[in-house]
Amino acid sequence: MDWHILQELFTDYTLRTVALGAATLGIISGTLGCYAVLRRQALLGDAMSHAALPGIALAFLLTGSKTPLILLLGAALAGWTATLVMMSIVRMTRIKEDTALGFVLAVFFGFGMVLLTFIQKLPNAAQAGLDSFLFGQAATLVERDVITMAGLGAVALALMLLFWKEFKLLSFDPEFGASQGFPIRLLDILLTSLVVIAIVVGLQTVGVVLMSAMIVAPAAAARQWTNRLGLMVALAGAFGGLAGIAGALISAMGRGLSTGPVIVLFISAIVLFSMLFAPNRGIVWNWLRRQRNRRRLKLEAVLGDLYALSQQHESLKHGHSIEVLRVMDARRGGVQRSLETLETRGWAQRVGVDAWTLTPEGKHRAEQAAVGRYG
Amino acid sequence: MYSDRSIEVTDLTVAYRDKPVLWDIDLNVPSGLLMAIVGPNGAGKTTLIKAMLGLVRAAAGQTLIYGKPYAEQRRLVGYVPQRGSVDWDFPSSVLDVVMMGRYGALGWIRRPGRRERELAFAALDKVKMRDFADRQISQLSGGQQQRVFLARALVQDAQIYFMDEPFQGVDATTERAIVTLLQELRAAGKTVIVVHHDLQTVPEYFDWVTLLNVRKIASGPVNDVFTEENLRLAYGGRVSFLSRANGSAPETLAS
Repeated sequence: MDWHILQELFTDYTLRTVALGAATLGIISGTLGCYAVLRRQALLGDAMSHAALPGIALAFLLTGSKTPLILLLGAALAGWTATLVMMSIVRMTRIKEDTALGFVLAVFFGFGMVLLTFIQKLPNAAQAGLDSFLFGQAATLVERDVITMAGLGAVALALMLLFWKEFKLLSFDPEFGASQGFPIRLLDILLTSLVVIAIVVGLQTVGVVLMSAMIVAPAAAARQWTNRLGLMVALAGAFGGLAGIAGALISAMGRGLSTGPVIVLFISAIVLFSMLFAPNRGIVWNWLRRQRNRRRLKLEAVLGDLYALSQQHESLKHGHSIEVLRVMDARRGGVQRSLETLETRGWAQRVGVDAWTLTPEGKHRAEQAAVGRYG
Repeated sequence: MYSDRSIEVTDLTVAYRDKPVLWDIDLNVPSGLLMAIVGPNGAGKTTLIKAMLGLVRAAAGQTLIYGKPYAEQRRLVGYVPQRGSVDWDFPSSVLDVVMMGRYGALGWIRRPGRRERELAFAALDKVKMRDFADRQISQLSGGQQQRVFLARALVQDAQIYFMDEPFQGVDATTERAIVTLLQELRAAGKTVIVVHHDLQTVPEYFDWVTLLNVRKIASGPVNDVFTEENLRLAYGGRVSFLSRANGSAPETLAS
């Protein structure tokens, strides 16, 4: 691998711009995405990003300009309109939320595609590059774009920090918030707008199709590692930023790898790792914990069986064969291993080739365990 | 004992689309007592509480808290929503959730500080949950969740408390803790309105009762109002009575 790339990160203008842009988008979408995930609006994010496409196309058609701020404004307005349309459908008809989401997403995205094809047939050259909003094209990022992204993001993050307490209440228990006099509707609109900003900021780099991954994935990964909202938001921002930089570097190293999808793959890898290995919530962690519990229960069972046998023989000198213990355990296996563990702890001992008995210490433990269980 | 009126509801009507959920409710609740709201499923018990709190838009009618509209009297009111109305996997500690009860008093932007922590700890003491202050809320049992919600209402330091099914699905320890808490609140002169499901415990736990089934069936002291006839009116034919057997407690078959 070509490790000069890390050096180039600081010297190569294009790479530096792309990496900075990708990191910015990752931090913003990761941070604000937490609220979308916690409020169970992950799919809403998907619909909003797809719905941004006609907004971009219309903004270009109306103004003839490709200034990032104008295009992103169009994207944001379209995303918002889609959200409002969806909410109205849910409120005024009997159509359920998931259906409304799928419907609005498809209609807006389809309309965007029609506009895009129309624009591409226009007889001037200015339209070149608009289709890069579909899958994103980080290579087209210039300094001006990154500054726009960072400016929008900074405003969004500042508002999030300012209304931290209010957004937390809104996300956890909106009705309780309303009973205390907070204008929950207004807060909802504000927070949703911030999520729209987060989506819009990433469109040029990641594209409307994959952008929802950048909203959902960092938050989902961060949730695995912490039970505190503040830490979750910070972690999600860090994961998003890391994925952005990593995606920019990896795609710069490989030939023909486009940045957006690589960023999404990288954040997906972080999600996978988090789902498997995070303490407390991870799959592997839970599996290990179950195994440990099983072994402990088995150990107690064998200890109890040995104790019961010693009671019958009224002596600890009398040894008992492993086969007897297996039968007592209904042949569920693992008896040999449990006996060896008991031996290393000094709770059981071998008194013959195939004869086991409790030590006085083991007898004491067995009595204690019985008290703990039945006392 | 029942000096002034804490809550006055007049002509309250709530409808979802064109179906009335509450119809023309009038209610006068004296101050300093424990009142149960009972009625079958779909009777509008939760809606009544939410309408009084302004969480549900009323088609008609008004609610006065100590003679003034609710919006002016928020600081006098504490609210315990149904436990199942929130996501308990939210990344938050018990202490964090309890401090949310102070957000209204804090107002915009100001963050909870040392004073809010102290109030939260005191409230957790009252519901015997202090040891759980740092616990993640997803690790709580149903009864413990309920006690956290009660603590959150206690830090609101209100005069009137609205509680939506606090006894729903809790263990015996929690039920006793809630009953003790209710009695302490009454002793401190507070008024508590409780949506309640278990008809059998109504005479034991409450002073006052409102029987509801879209319309108000009856409202008043438990001894006067909690009668076989009123229950039959509220629950239709779905109530069987143990009154013949033990003289008092009716039991519902509707659940």
